[in-house]
Amino acid sequence: MRNAYIDALYELAGEDDRILALVADNGAIVYDKFRESYPNRFINFGIAEANMVSVAAGLASCGKVPFTYTIASFLTMRAFEQIRNDVCMQRMNVKLVGIGAGFVYSNLGPTHHATIDMSIMRALPGMTVFSPSGPLEARKITREAALIDGPVYIRLSVGGSPEIYEADYEFEAGKGVILKDGGDAVIFTTGSITPEVLKAHGQLKTRGINARVINIHTIKPIDKNIIIDSATKTSAVITVEEHSIIGGLGSAVAEVLAEHGIAVRFKRVGLNGVFAGGYGTYDEMKELNGLSATDIVRETIGCLIPT
Amino acid sequence: MIEKSGAPDKINQLLSKAEAIRRSIFKIICEGGGGHIPASLSIVEILVALYYECLKITPETIGSPDRDRFILSKGHACVSLYAVLADLGFFDKSELGRFGRRGSILGGHPDMLKIPGVEASTGALGHGLPFGAGIALAGKMDNRDYKVIVLMGDGECQEGSVWETAMFASAHKLDNLCVIIDYNRFQAMDALDNIIPVSPLADKWSAFGWQVKEADGHNITELTEIFSSLPIHPLKPSLIIANTIKGKGVSFMENVPIWHYRMPNEEEMRTACEELQIEELKKQE
Repeated sequence: MRNAYIDALYELAGEDDRILALVADNGAIVYDKFRESYPNRFINFGIAEANMVSVAAGLASCGKVPFTYTIASFLTMRAFEQIRNDVCMQRMNVKLVGIGAGFVYSNLGPTHHATIDMSIMRALPGMTVFSPSGPLEARKITREAALIDGPVYIRLSVGGSPEIYEADYEFEAGKGVILKDGGDAVIFTTGSITPEVLKAHGQLKTRGINARVINIHTIKPIDKNIIIDSATKTSAVITVEEHSIIGGLGSAVAEVLAEHGIAVRFKRVGLNGVFAGGYGTYDEMKELNGLSATDIVRETIGCLIPT
Repeated sequence: MIEKSGAPDKINQLLSKAEAIRRSIFKIICEGGGGHIPASLSIVEILVALYYECLKITPETIGSPDRDRFILSKGHACVSLYAVLADLGFFDKSELGRFGRRGSILGGHPDMLKIPGVEASTGALGHGLPFGAGIALAGKMDNRDYKVIVLMGDGECQEGSVWETAMFASAHKLDNLCVIIDYNRFQAMDALDNIIPVSPLADKWSAFGWQVKEADGHNITELTEIFSSLPIHPLKPSLIIANTIKGKGVSFMENVPIWHYRMPNEEEMRTACEELQIEELKKQE
């Protein structure tokens, strides 16, 4: 996902000389091509995220289009007031690209996990929030971000994340994508956990449960239509996110369901008021934190048959 | 520009301009029902020297990419800026009488989306400098020769973000960037030295790679000379320590922390009006 982003940014830089790459001492080798081709348009701010974001806002006020990039937890939290005041309040055309969504930086521990970034970015007035589920989508979202005249947050996983699409598809910002169809339950997923949800979908199928899987790549604005439409045709709605269930995808879906009076069994799967725990591989982290395919299957069945 | 050979008329004009701005500040805040009076009074001469003599910015050049930029990072002193901008015709003077009221464009901190001539929405401290550094960097990238002036409070130097940019600006040789510190030695609750001292300011900024100069922040001649000859040193950002008096012009407010955000009663109002030579204040509704 990371490489797809940087490739797309490199392409965009060739098409539009207003585009700048700003980093906070992160992204060493992957930016080499950009740095060599556009040495004056690549700026490493060092370990100073707050400064990077405010300077980006100043650059944007002069017509530049800065893409700021660093570890998602540092970008969104260390520099939160800078994002709120200098970028959002002043409606500056700054892109914020966070790497390391969820707990993909598994054994680096919770300082390096981004598990409330969608909640806080979503709350900011004027902010568009994207959460790509794979490399192809990350690429499309990066190009989309450049078309938006205003603040955008893109939540990336890391390099080497699997592709979820078998073929190219029509991307539309703010529109969910049906990855698998089925009527027994609807599972909304976003970002890095999507391959795990697809695995769960397969396991459910072997048990005779056909679930619809919808990829919500745009967390804000949320696709109300696909939520309402899908939820009214099923008896159980499940949301899955590698993120806190407070304020992210689950909350966004719940808001739509509640405000449209849709009575349906509902379960948010994700971190429930805790930091991601444990160490190990990324797959082990999913198991340790209730986000493995097995967990998703169990939660889905539990939602279908309430105890 | 003021000629050294002496232009007493010009200086006298600027001095009376400063007096008028001071009166205007007091009236706007008192009639508007609240604001930061002493912080606004301490930057009057700085703003007058900048806007009436040194900055290349007029109501006609508001959107020009080559205009000089002034950023009031200590946004709570905004009434001083409002008085100057209105006097120069950036917006209608009648707006000053609506300060802080429903429907006005003028609030207790400046909003760049609402007020013509305001370059940055400030209020939270430690934001104006990095935002200004971004503008300065864009100027270097695009080979434009505008200046970016950021006015900060001395207490504002307690914010960590200030020092992130202090490092950044010298590393990028932003000599089109100038920070003025309104060194009145007081913050909201007390003297800086009784809370968290920021001294020695000159040594700190020099160590961060800035060229530093001290000035009497109420001496328009001195300020004008410095502002007209920026950068102080090529390839280095400039830092001007302007020694000022918080509450300058109203004797009982000068250097008294309690006045940071407080409104005078009727008797105090009378005294202040006498000292500032204000004829009358509209009664607050």
